[in-house]
Amino acid sequence: MNLATVSLAYLRARALNTALNVLLLALGVATITLLLLATSQLEERMQRDARGIDLVVGAKGSPMQIILSSIYQLDVPTGNISWKQAQELASNRAVRKIIPLALADNFRGYRIVGTNHDYVSHYGARLVQGRLWQAPLEAVLGAELAAQSGLTLGASFIGAHGMGVGEGEHMHEAYSYQVVGVLAPTGTVVDRLVLTDVTSVWAVHADQYDIKDVARVAELMPDDEKELTALLVQYASPLAAATLPRYINQNSQMQAASPAYETARLFTIIGVGVDVLRGFAVMLILAAGLSVFIALYNALLERRYDLAVMRTLGAGPGKLMALMLFEGVMLAGLGAALGIALGHVLTEVLGLAFRAAKQAAVTGWAWVPEEMWLIGLALTVGIAAALLPAWRAYRTDIAGTLARG
Amino acid sequence: MFDLRNLRHAYDGAEVLQVAAWQVEQGSQWLVLGPSGSGKTTLLHILAAILSPTSGTVNVAGQDLTALKPADLDRFRGRHIGIVLQRLHLVPSLTVTNNLLLAQYLASLPQDASRVREVLASLDVADKADAHPHELSFGQAQRVAVARAVVNRPTLLLADEPTSNLDDARCAQAYGLLESQARACGATLVVATHDQRIKSRMSNHYELKERA
Repeated sequence: MNLATVSLAYLRARALNTALNVLLLALGVATITLLLLATSQLEERMQRDARGIDLVVGAKGSPMQIILSSIYQLDVPTGNISWKQAQELASNRAVRKIIPLALADNFRGYRIVGTNHDYVSHYGARLVQGRLWQAPLEAVLGAELAAQSGLTLGASFIGAHGMGVGEGEHMHEAYSYQVVGVLAPTGTVVDRLVLTDVTSVWAVHADQYDIKDVARVAELMPDDEKELTALLVQYASPLAAATLPRYINQNSQMQAASPAYETARLFTIIGVGVDVLRGFAVMLILAAGLSVFIALYNALLERRYDLAVMRTLGAGPGKLMALMLFEGVMLAGLGAALGIALGHVLTEVLGLAFRAAKQAAVTGWAWVPEEMWLIGLALTVGIAAALLPAWRAYRTDIAGTLARG
Repeated sequence: MFDLRNLRHAYDGAEVLQVAAWQVEQGSQWLVLGPSGSGKTTLLHILAAILSPTSGTVNVAGQDLTALKPADLDRFRGRHIGIVLQRLHLVPSLTVTNNLLLAQYLASLPQDASRVREVLASLDVADKADAHPHELSFGQAQRVAVARAVVNRPTLLLADEPTSNLDDARCAQAYGLLESQARACGATLVVATHDQRIKSRMSNHYELKERA
């Protein structure tokens, strides 16, 4: 028997009201938890995907679209750029390294990305099986794609034209890819891609140029006809940031886009929505606090005789105050615990839905430090709601109450 | 056991109680008689250390109550006073056993489950140990209320109108419980009542006059 036993007995005695208050608080806490988990993971993921890429060069169009399509593999590309211009840029002294990207097709909604081996090493992806591609139409699978599709080493598959499932009906049936390697999970965009050589993408479309020997497509195809989708650029020195984007935009048919700038812009746009949701969740928590206050205040009125009797049994006023505060804290604690748990489960469910849509996944089984603040906020609301009832309990007029009873 | 001198109490300037002098021996049993409004409850509350008189001295169990600090009064109540209220006021959300353990806990005494069982058995409600108050008959609830009042072995057992709503048989029974339980723990018993039926049961009477 202690204050906790008494508080819990009182909470149990009005179980429905207790459940309502806990649930109300839990919904607010769960919403904020979900927002915290989803935004922190998406932000971290997007930063990881863009790490080490100083500039992306694509066809003229929206810089945001270039970033979304080339780094995150989300949007459709702005168009194609000429291979010759890309070669020129690669020899620019301001450029340390260029990773070419050629996008055209997908395999069951997973993008087929023509590139070179630098792309694999840039994301630190290691092979768990097989080897990297050496010839056109050899493919290496990202970890998630390999697991989802069930394709194994030596299997062959055909690509569909376009960037996603159902976008184009046209299948490149004449050209089948062969799986030569499978990558380990990296936690980046690579996990959801089919990687192959740039020449594969040319090869699949080679019938337009009457090329029969796809292994030699790079030699047989006229250089003027060769195209890429985008280039991931690393600067040779920080100084290049000041000159290279402007140089590209003014002197070529290409468009330069800065991942850092565009990603920040994207988060500002998303951030408005997140702020609205967060404000809504805080309102929920405050409403829960008000509801807890009303519940405790009513409980106090119902219990004024109990409290007076407790005083006759020897309880000091501090104990009665602690009893009411403890109930507020219990309600808030239960609400916070349930809310955090609910938030994690909801995030995981959301993550499963994302994964089904082949998007960057979030997981509910992660923890962010801000959740400690959230628990603190919930407990503060609980204590604040209990303050006035606790003070009234402290001031219980024993003789007066009993005389009226 | 207690000694009241020149005791006066007034609410908002209106005097409700006056006791010139009243001394009581440890272990004796008393009836405080008087009509409604004669200050019986006020007197009981003063003896229970939950009300300070407007003037006069209150000495209970060797303590001058008017000299004690609030925290000491709380401790005093827990250790020395057992009180049975007219409306019993058991804590409804706690079981019978927990109501008694609560009395031990709030008095800052060690929680002794075997003492609780012993008291419940002596009042013939041991089989209701795990029941909640709303599951008890009035008679059972009254026994539990007496059990709660005596579980800490008080030196002064107080009862306010314990028999006013009871028929003759139950009245005698309730009074018998108080009498025997007070004797069992050596407590002084003071019962405030306007119930003339129990007047004959106790020889020590303290009469309060109706006030104008």
